[in-house]
Amino acid sequence: MAYERKIGDTILSVDQISLAFGGVKALSNISFSVNQHEVFAIIGPNGAGKSSMLNCINGFYHPQEGTITFKGNTRRHVRPSEAAREGIARTFQNIALFKGMTTLDNIMTGRNTKMHKNIFWQALRFGPAEKEEMEHREVVERVIDFLEIEAIRKTPVGTLPYGLQKRVELGRALAAEPDLLLLDEPMAGMNLEEKQDMCRFILDVNDEFGTTIVLIEHDMGVVMDISDRVVVLDYGKKLADGTPDEVRSNQAVIDAYLGVAHDDAEE
Amino acid sequence: MFYREAGQFKTSYRADQGILTIVQDRFVIGAFAFVAFCVVPFFINDYWANAILIHVLVYVLAALGLNILTGYCGQVSLGTGGFMAVGAYASYKLITAFPEMNFIVAILMSGGITAAVGVVFGLPSLRIKGFYLAVATLAAQFFLVWVFNKFGWFFNYSPTGMIVSPPREVFGFLVTGPQASPEARYLFCLSFVVVFALAAKNIVRGRVGRSWMAIRDMDIAAELIGIRPLEAKLTAFAVSSFYIGVAGALYFNVWLGSAEPTEAFDINQSFFVLFIIIIGGLGSILGSFLGAAFMVLVPITLKTVMVDGFGFAVGAAKHAEVMLLGTLIILFLIVEPHGLARLWQILKEKLRRWPFPY
Ligand SMILES: Nc1ncnc2c1ncn2[C@@H]1O[C@H](COP(=O)(O)OP(=O)(O)OP(=O)(O)O)[C@@H](O)[C@H]1O
Ligand SMILES: [Mg+2]
Repeated sequence: MAYERKIGDTILSVDQISLAFGGVKALSNISFSVNQHEVFAIIGPNGAGKSSMLNCINGFYHPQEGTITFKGNTRRHVRPSEAAREGIARTFQNIALFKGMTTLDNIMTGRNTKMHKNIFWQALRFGPAEKEEMEHREVVERVIDFLEIEAIRKTPVGTLPYGLQKRVELGRALAAEPDLLLLDEPMAGMNLEEKQDMCRFILDVNDEFGTTIVLIEHDMGVVMDISDRVVVLDYGKKLADGTPDEVRSNQAVIDAYLGVAHDDAEE
Repeated sequence: MFYREAGQFKTSYRADQGILTIVQDRFVIGAFAFVAFCVVPFFINDYWANAILIHVLVYVLAALGLNILTGYCGQVSLGTGGFMAVGAYASYKLITAFPEMNFIVAILMSGGITAAVGVVFGLPSLRIKGFYLAVATLAAQFFLVWVFNKFGWFFNYSPTGMIVSPPREVFGFLVTGPQASPEARYLFCLSFVVVFALAAKNIVRGRVGRSWMAIRDMDIAAELIGIRPLEAKLTAFAVSSFYIGVAGALYFNVWLGSAEPTEAFDINQSFFVLFIIIIGGLGSILGSFLGAAFMVLVPITLKTVMVDGFGFAVGAAKHAEVMLLGTLIILFLIVEPHGLARLWQILKEKLRRWPFPY
């Protein structure tokens, strides 16, 4: 990477997380840690447990075992809304925007946790509530400029094409000014150009705001290019972690990706 | 050609977020407000006030309330009649127990009491959704009406079981009781509606409104970005019930003058208000006005045409009216499922392009 970034201390550490749905072990005994300002990738074949891992981190799933430490707070269970308030934002594998609302309103919801004027002020609007609204609108407008979606500000997101919806969803997460940004397959289903744009946005966010990013991605080229470190999951187990180069030359990873039967790989 | 936003640039975010950002819109609404406040009171008589104007205004307020809950927050409710009853009975108890109390304060407090009751009946919404919630609110409807029938305390043990609104003044003008003038009653209701409609518009375009809509559109995603479902849903129930409670208090005190729960606040009220917001447009403040006007005016027009125009018997006309109204609603929903408010939007869009077809 061309620029120098200061990788900080551990911001997130995942310790021996196990999660099962009935008989299905989605995650078994996973541990890894993510440093401040890092771009960290989770890779693995379909059904490996990548999304489940993100869901545990932001409190959507509650693992049966293990703990998650974020910014020094160790816990196993947290409510998703509280995780968001602590500074974790995310996007989803299947876009989860508010379809009936405009791009602007969707991104404004990202600032909800930072707005505090009560409903009486809001009913009056004049004065403090309006001032607050304008302050946050300015932040949101910066996000909109950054993502180059000025033209669709007032468009209901349900009518937007897929690639733009992904961008708006990223905008909503960015508007929260998170310390940790979780991106679940941000480039899935995009064409090459859209992928390049998205890569640029991710790197810019990381670079300009110092946001720590954990992303899931299937496109190996992208992962190797933009991430500082990678963890590889397969059938809910951790195969390897390390820098892209280390992971690329790991035999277990190569076997998993080349589709060697599991029994063989374990021998 | 005449309806254009071209050349009207917004130079601040504040201007961009105004309610009526286009000059022509402001002009139309301003003209409406002028006529409503300054012209209508000179021409109003008892028939116009009771059959049409106050009738519409009370339902606009109730529809605003239900629209907040159902249209903006996505929580279906069939308890509107019951909550209107809470507002009516609360105001009755307040103004008979404290005759000195300012009438406006009494109405607002009735709204507050209804809000509290609404929050209690909103608690199931944290667990159940959609049809199941509708059934739970239906239970609230029947329970509340039953309570007001059953316990004499609520109607001050009057032998008929009726509640009768005592005469009350606001700024020296009588607004309740048989002696109240139609213009005073009309202006009183109109002021409430205007103030509360503005407040509703402000709430729905701010943080609270966005959290309601987020819950409506995708509750899981809303929670994942930090919106607390408990808080969002219960504020929606509270604000909605407040509006409906105030509507119920005005309905009883200013419009009916006297009421008896089984008839005045029955399940048909709930459906009537639900129809208003569906026809007017879910999630639209303007829609609440258009829907209420539609649901009040169309039956009256149909009746007038059939009885006076075609000489139908009154009874037959009543039946025909119900059938025609039902057919109209169904047809209308097929043509424009998003309600009158959307139709209005489309019309504006057309106007913007006129006289060019594209
Ligand atoms: N809510 C759930 N209920 C039941 N099983 C689940 C649930 N979520 C995930 N699983 C199971 O957990 C396993 C891991 O799923 P997960 O979605 O985490 O995989 P993934 O690595 O994100 O896969 P993909 O690349 O397809 O997105 C799968 O077997 C899946 O069926
Ligand atoms: Mg996944």
